Amino acid sequence: MIQILIRFLVGGAVVSLFALIADVLKPKSFAGLFGAAPSVALATLALTMATKGASYAAVEARSMIAGAIAFFIFASLVSWILMRYPFRALWVTLGAMPVWFVVAFGLWSVALK
Amino acid sequence: MRMPVRVDGSALRDSKWSQYALRFLFGGIVTAIAGLVAQHYGPVIAGLLLAFPAIFPASATLIEKHEKQQKEKHGMSGTVRGRQAASVDAAGSAMGSLGLLVFAVIIWQFLPEHSAGAVLSIATLAWAVVSVSVWQLRKRRIGGSRGRRVGYSCLKLIIAMILASKMAD
Repeated sequence: MIQILIRFLVGGAVVSLFALIADVLKPKSFAGLFGAAPSVALATLALTMATKGASYAAVEARSMIAGAIAFFIFASLVSWILMRYPFRALWVTLGAMPVWFVVAFGLWSVALK
Repeated sequence: MRMPVRVDGSALRDSKWSQYALRFLFGGIVTAIAGLVAQHYGPVIAGLLLAFPAIFPASATLIEKHEKQQKEKHGMSGTVRGRQAASVDAAGSAMGSLGLLVFAVIIWQFLPEHSAGAVLSIATLAWAVVSVSVWQLRKRRIGGSRGRRVGYSCLKLIIAMILASKMAD
């Protein structure tokens, strides 16, 4: 339980730090780079290395490749929809979230399972 | 028109603390869930979540709202401007995700044999270099079909590496 709490606090702090950096940068396309910063990954991998070792963390990193490809498709789709259709950002991002899951778990079942 | 990269604190002044608390909460929850998933389903499934767009909806909404308010201060409707700003931000994140891909490949390839701190630092630096380079190439409209071909070749190489490692297992 304590380990989960530590993960929550470290993860929240690292994610907030990258989000703050993104908020003060202009232009928006440059600030957007920080929306895909390895914030959750840094917090998780550092804690995983400390508790379960480097080999375990390397396996997580291999799966992360599939997650990153899914992120690319998800973010590209969100950008495309928002530029062309009059929908609110919240609904587009939430509505496109299943795309991330389908691509990430699809790649997992094809290449990683 | 090419806009230089600059620091602008106006978004911080206009934002409420609850918006930052929300992002802290989402970031913390996803990191905690990744740990729980690793415990129950192993590192292969948990690793997928390391590139989960956890705070993306909150950030996109915040940007849309901020840009809309800026436009409305001048007596104009900011709905379209807000949406376009969120779209441009998402395009930036798509470029950043290519850096995220390189980050993951470096950790996967170098972690077990090399110093953990050094590998994490180099991978983070590589994320920044790749993301900013892709952003600059896109900004200068360098690349086009040739750039896409190089991108697809890199992607094929990474998938081939994963399949080769799967066969080696």
